[in-house]
Amino acid sequence: MTVMERLATALAGIAHEVETPADGTPCLRVAHDGVRPLMQALKTGGGFETNTFVTAVDREPAEPRFEVVWEFLSVKHNDRVRVRMLSNDEYPKVPTIIDLWPGAAFFERECYDMFGVRFEGHANLRRLLMPQAYEHHPLRKEFPHQGIEPDKLYREWDRKRRTQGGQPS
Amino acid sequence: MGSLKPADANQNKGGFLATRADALVNWGRKNSLWPMPLGLSCCGIEMMSMLGPRFDLARFGAEAARFTPRQCDLMIVAGTLTWKMAEAARTIYDQMPEPKWVIAMGVCSSSGGMYDSYSVVQGVDMILPVDVYVPGCPPRPDAVIDAILKLQTRIERETPVRDLLATPVTEGWEEGTGRFKRQPNKSNPTRRDGEVAEAEVEAAQ
Repeated sequence: MTVMERLATALAGIAHEVETPADGTPCLRVAHDGVRPLMQALKTGGGFETNTFVTAVDREPAEPRFEVVWEFLSVKHNDRVRVRMLSNDEYPKVPTIIDLWPGAAFFERECYDMFGVRFEGHANLRRLLMPQAYEHHPLRKEFPHQGIEPDKLYREWDRKRRTQGGQPS
Repeated sequence: MGSLKPADANQNKGGFLATRADALVNWGRKNSLWPMPLGLSCCGIEMMSMLGPRFDLARFGAEAARFTPRQCDLMIVAGTLTWKMAEAARTIYDQMPEPKWVIAMGVCSSSGGMYDSYSVVQGVDMILPVDVYVPGCPPRPDAVIDAILKLQTRIERETPVRDLLATPVTEGWEEGTGRFKRQPNKSNPTRRDGEVAEAEVEAAQ
């Protein structure tokens, strides 16, 4: 039984499109409302017990701008599937999958940190890599590689340290 | 023997006892540097190797790495310093007792290196007063030992006792405590100190 056959039986009745990119991994395109049922079907019927990654693509200047990408691995059948969702929002809203794959929590935090994707239902959607008070999403296309005032938070901290009785130096 | 030329102003100020006391203090300081190993990335591995038996920093009296800043006087920034880590690095530096010195080990801490990036400090001299820069990615332990030797020659030239004697009693001692005020660090200013001073001048205008 190939991946495509397994997917066809597992995803019967759920709206999606199937593509096969050049690397051969089956790729499911889905809309926002279809994400939850599709994920549940992949976990239970498809046998994809591992979430490999959750990330996003900034396709600017293409429309729609953002694409959220999930990839799943079935260790038992040794095959993968990729799920893609397009969104044209400034801050795309996507349902979380951490109730199905708890390991996705860190990926979703990273994706939020780097692209500004809001994962609905994520209990702890804080920044993962950048400081909590950071204002930008560094992997967006409009973000310059040297950053926008990269030392801003340090400056604020340093001013506080100097003025509010920090250690003299 | 020596020349009969008049001694210059500095020598007049010092005097034999003070200069000899300086030499003794400097000798003690330079041969017992206690490094604060701020190993932030791959340079940290070379630093461990430097502290270990093969390169044996103990030959130069600087092998007693301590993981509390309270016991250290030499900060070795070994690796890539990010802006998120910069606050911690500065706090550790502030917690070290005077006198203290800083070695920027490797290109990342010297200039940001290849990380021309939004998250990396473009040289730790933006936040810390650096005494010696060591190039290399990572530098060999020999290079860092050379940096420590260079720092030792630098420490030899310092004048702690003469500075102490040159400070007027009314300015030097804290009122009623019997304690001597903290000596300003004699290291280089950070690039940021200049910026902050400029900002203060602007704010005053």
